[in-house]
Amino acid sequence: MPIETAPGLEAGILLASTLFCLGLAGLMMRRNVIFMLMCVEICTNAAALMFVVAGAHWGNADGQVMFIFVVTLAAAEVAIALALVLQFYHRKHTVDIDQLNDLRG
Amino acid sequence: MQGLLAWVPLLPLIGFLILVGIPLFYRREPPESVITVIGVGSVGIAALFTAVATAAVFWQTPSGVVNIALWQWMQLGELKLGINFHVDWLTLVMLMIVTGVGFLIHLYSAGYMRKDPDFRRYFAYLNLFIFAMLTLVMADNLVLLYLGWEGVGLCSYLLIGFWYKDPVNGTAACKAFIVTRIGDTAMAIGLFLLFYEFSTLNIPELINAAGDPGADREIITIATLLLLGGAVGKSAQLPLQTWLPDAMAGPTPVSALIHAATMVTAGVYLIARMHPLYTLSETAMTAVAIVGALTLLLAGFSAIAQSDIKRVLAYSTISQIGYMFLALGVGAWSGAIFHLMTHAFFKALLFLSAGSVILSLHHEQNIFRMGGLYRKIPFTFLCFTIGCASLAALPLTSGFYSKDQILLRAWEFHQGFNSLWLAGVLGALITGIYTFRVLFLVFAGSEGAASRHCKDANTPAMTIPLAILAILALLGGLLTPPLQAVFGTTAERHPAAWVEGVAIAMPLIGLGVAWQLYRREKKTGEQRSRVTQFWFSGWGFDWLYDHLLVRPFNMLARLNHNDMIDALYKGTAAFSRQLNTLLSASQNGQVRWYLATFAAGSILFLALLVAL
Amino acid sequence: MTLMAIIILLFAGGILAWLSERYLQRGGHWIGLVSLLLASLLLASYWPYLGAAQVIGSGPWWDSVQINWIPRFGISFHLAIDGLGFLMLALTMAMGIFGLVMTWNDIHFRRGFFYFNYLWTLAGVVGVFTAMDLFLFFFFWEVMLVPMLFLIAVWGYEQRLFAAIKFFIFTQASSLLMLIAIVALAYLHYGNSGQLTFNYNDLLDAQLAPSTAYWLMLGFFVAFIVKLPALPFHPWLPDAHTQAPTAGSILLAAILLKTGAYGLLRFNLPLFPESSAAFAPVAMSIGAVSVIYGAMLAFAQSDMKRLVAYSSVSHMGFVLLGLYALNTIAMQGAVMQMIAHGLSTAALFALVGALQHRLHTRDMTQLGGVWAILPKLSAIALFFAVASLGLPGLGNFVAEFTVLVGSFRSSHWIAVLAATGLIGAALYALIMMQRGFFGALNKRLQKLSPQAPIADLNLRESCALLSLAALLVLLGLRPQPVFDIASPTVARSLAHIETARAQYAKDQGIGTRFTSQEQTWAKPHPKESESP
Repeated sequence: MPIETAPGLEAGILLASTLFCLGLAGLMMRRNVIFMLMCVEICTNAAALMFVVAGAHWGNADGQVMFIFVVTLAAAEVAIALALVLQFYHRKHTVDIDQLNDLRG
Repeated sequence: MQGLLAWVPLLPLIGFLILVGIPLFYRREPPESVITVIGVGSVGIAALFTAVATAAVFWQTPSGVVNIALWQWMQLGELKLGINFHVDWLTLVMLMIVTGVGFLIHLYSAGYMRKDPDFRRYFAYLNLFIFAMLTLVMADNLVLLYLGWEGVGLCSYLLIGFWYKDPVNGTAACKAFIVTRIGDTAMAIGLFLLFYEFSTLNIPELINAAGDPGADREIITIATLLLLGGAVGKSAQLPLQTWLPDAMAGPTPVSALIHAATMVTAGVYLIARMHPLYTLSETAMTAVAIVGALTLLLAGFSAIAQSDIKRVLAYSTISQIGYMFLALGVGAWSGAIFHLMTHAFFKALLFLSAGSVILSLHHEQNIFRMGGLYRKIPFTFLCFTIGCASLAALPLTSGFYSKDQILLRAWEFHQGFNSLWLAGVLGALITGIYTFRVLFLVFAGSEGAASRHCKDANTPAMTIPLAILAILALLGGLLTPPLQAVFGTTAERHPAAWVEGVAIAMPLIGLGVAWQLYRREKKTGEQRSRVTQFWFSGWGFDWLYDHLLVRPFNMLARLNHNDMIDALYKGTAAFSRQLNTLLSASQNGQVRWYLATFAAGSILFLALLVAL
Repeated sequence: MTLMAIIILLFAGGILAWLSERYLQRGGHWIGLVSLLLASLLLASYWPYLGAAQVIGSGPWWDSVQINWIPRFGISFHLAIDGLGFLMLALTMAMGIFGLVMTWNDIHFRRGFFYFNYLWTLAGVVGVFTAMDLFLFFFFWEVMLVPMLFLIAVWGYEQRLFAAIKFFIFTQASSLLMLIAIVALAYLHYGNSGQLTFNYNDLLDAQLAPSTAYWLMLGFFVAFIVKLPALPFHPWLPDAHTQAPTAGSILLAAILLKTGAYGLLRFNLPLFPESSAAFAPVAMSIGAVSVIYGAMLAFAQSDMKRLVAYSSVSHMGFVLLGLYALNTIAMQGAVMQMIAHGLSTAALFALVGALQHRLHTRDMTQLGGVWAILPKLSAIALFFAVASLGLPGLGNFVAEFTVLVGSFRSSHWIAVLAATGLIGAALYALIMMQRGFFGALNKRLQKLSPQAPIADLNLRESCALLSLAALLVLLGLRPQPVFDIASPTVARSLAHIETARAQYAKDQGIGTRFTSQEQTWAKPHPKESESP
């Protein structure tokens, strides 16, 4: 249990939140799937940053373990997502996400 | 010898089965002669068996009773019913009428229906009809009686609608069945009540149980009234009489069968059979008498206004059955059965000779287009005249004896002058009027429009039954059935001579009035005043029922054609569907929209979490 | 083991029929017929029991088989047969064969799969009629449902999908209620006795609080009267019956409806005697109203098949009325009605099917005067129409009469109300004959007939229909054997009710609900108590 508050924590949280909000906003506003993927990356990285900051704060290695896990996850996700995007482009000849609404009710 | 009696109803049944089953074995339709032999023969042998059994078993013993147990029908707790026959003199009289007159009508039909493409079907129905009626009169329990009762209804339905291609016949047939079914349902409820009270439906046991002083009179009254409901339906009495005039749609011998030998007499038989119960209830007796009195008058007036020869006879049947009900209501049990018997003779004669007229005139039934036929078809004229005389109860004919007995009994029963007797006497007058009006219009005077094409259509198969029936109608009054053992004897009391005189005079006055009426109508042709139009329509009963029952029911059926309850479920389904469209609007397939709502939702959730 | 063999035979026959589809064009119906005949033969091996009822274990069972299934929950594969079960199985077999024979050449695609569904439905029904374990009962209850769904949805008429879904939703929703009631019953019994079991014979002794029992009873009751069907749960029936292929309609009308009635008699009355007795007036009223309402709706239809379907609602109302009259006469009548209705309605559906097959319509405004071109078919239709309106001398009359006589003892007015249904029956039966078969030949048919003469019933169809007609006459004139066979089961159900009533009266002292009820709507008869 850390007694004193490290000055980096609040800054870290602020940075991570800002990053996450940026990613989310981009995700909502962008229609290009590639850009959306990049935004997703930003969001994941914001979360990963949060792990690192928290890990440093508590003096615990778990945060860094989780960071590595998130990075791996992101890599896997990107691989699959890009494959999907490729398929999507192949079929619809566009990368506009709004065209991808076949599941509408 | 008793076994012979069991064969009596079975023979027509066998005839029916053979006639129906023929297509199973032969591809082609058998010739008419074969069908005639089977159809007429089965009833003929049944009649013969009845006669033999009567001569051998019953002739010397008026109190003789034969019970024939065929097999156990059902046995559930106290409900013990057998397919058992009970034959006493009352049954025997009915048997003789049904098989005897039935046989003559069958024989006549063989001539009347010749060359009809559905000859076989006709005789099959006819045999089934006789079987049902025989079961009815021989049954030893009320449920078996009900079997015959409904069977008779079915056969009348089939025969009235025999020429099925004309929808009018079909409607008349349906009407007959449904109207009588209404009465039957009342009767069925009466059976439930009787079983509830006495735990048996066997007729002799029931009569024993009801005779017990501890029996609940109120229930007996209700039960007998319900049975009366059934009788009223089958016998075409008020208020269920409307089916009978329409039932003329069937072939004419069928009308003869329905009116004379079977069907409409069933109600009279039922009440006579259950008479010990009726005697226990004054209300029921009065009800029977009033129904009879009213019906005989109403139907009589209607008969005066008719222009169709068969409808005149139909109304006259209703009226004559009214006499029988009147007789039952005043306790003249043997009088009622006696009148039933003579009525069977002369009504069969009348219908069959009317059938000859109709056939000779190539299916013309309007009496205003007839006239002067006494020269063209003298034999038919003779038969019809005898029938009319007997129907109008001219002295020395069979109808006279039976009707006289009823009127005297009505006089006695209420100790002197009373409204029931008056109704009977008035009825006698009316009977005279409508009977001779028809006779004059059809046979007397100058030739009508249809008479010119008249060609005597009688074949031997038709003349023989006519001749026999004519003799019976004349002399049948001598054949008083020995019914004392069934109904008990009543002390003979002779009322004042003028009472007797009135009864004799009424038909003669009627004859005179009919002559006047005929003279007038011959001049004016077919036209009716307001009153006679009302009579013509059968006192507006059809109109009344049509507006009171048929139309509301049809409307209700049409309204509810699609089942209101289903609408409830359909409504639920529609509601779900609406909800579905509402919610599926949010499912628009836009990932970014989902994301936005997701983000908004998360923020909202977080905000709530913080706030609380 | 015979029972087991019957069920396995039908299941196996079904699979075989499906497999044969690949190799044989028209093998399905032969496989179906052979397996049904073999099954009937197996069933016929019970004939020695027909004379006198033997008592095996705790009940009038003729034969039973019990194999552990899920012992942890006290669920076993427990089949048993008694008089009622035998009657129902005999009806099932007879109607199965009848349906098969009547629609011998009607199916034009996926024949093997059709007969697979057909046989599996029958297997499910056999299971329902013999299962003595409530879980197993529920299992078969569902097994019988799904193939039926396919029969309607794949081979049905115009609106088959709609009808199939409606049928499924109604039965499924209601059987869920039953499942809840079954589980609750077993659980409560476990709580009381410490023994977890779904065995019917054990659950008969379950001690339940009256209010709980009432709710559980309602759960079963709703499931069963949906199947029956009675007001207000009937709307699935006209659609399902009308849209199903002829063979499916025959199965539905002749057999599947009977499972509801069977369930009421076998499960509802003995398992919850007190609450059933308390509920009886309501159930009887539902029955009587169904009789009249069904008849009125039948009268209003112009689709002949729909008319027959609604007439089923009317007829099954008598069953409900009879079962809840709670006396021997009425209950026996209800059993009789199950059989008689099965025969007469199956024949009517077969006839409408045959008519549609020949004239390509079942709309009565398009028919009329059919007698002139199809006399045999029309004559047989007349017979069954007349049977359906309850003509004495035929099975339906015996059933309706005994039901009414019996229920009149329990409640005068309800019986009188139901008796007016007799008039309604005459109305719809005659209007069907009138509009369909009598009258002048319809113009459309006049055009149709000279080009190609329309074939009347052939030998196969005539024989099938005439044998049903003969059975109905036999039932009408000599119903006693059926009554005798069913009587132990009925007596047993009734005995439960009687003990419950007596118990209740003893617990509550004089002037309680039941005794007062008995005085008002059931006149006590000295002989009633000594009836078997």
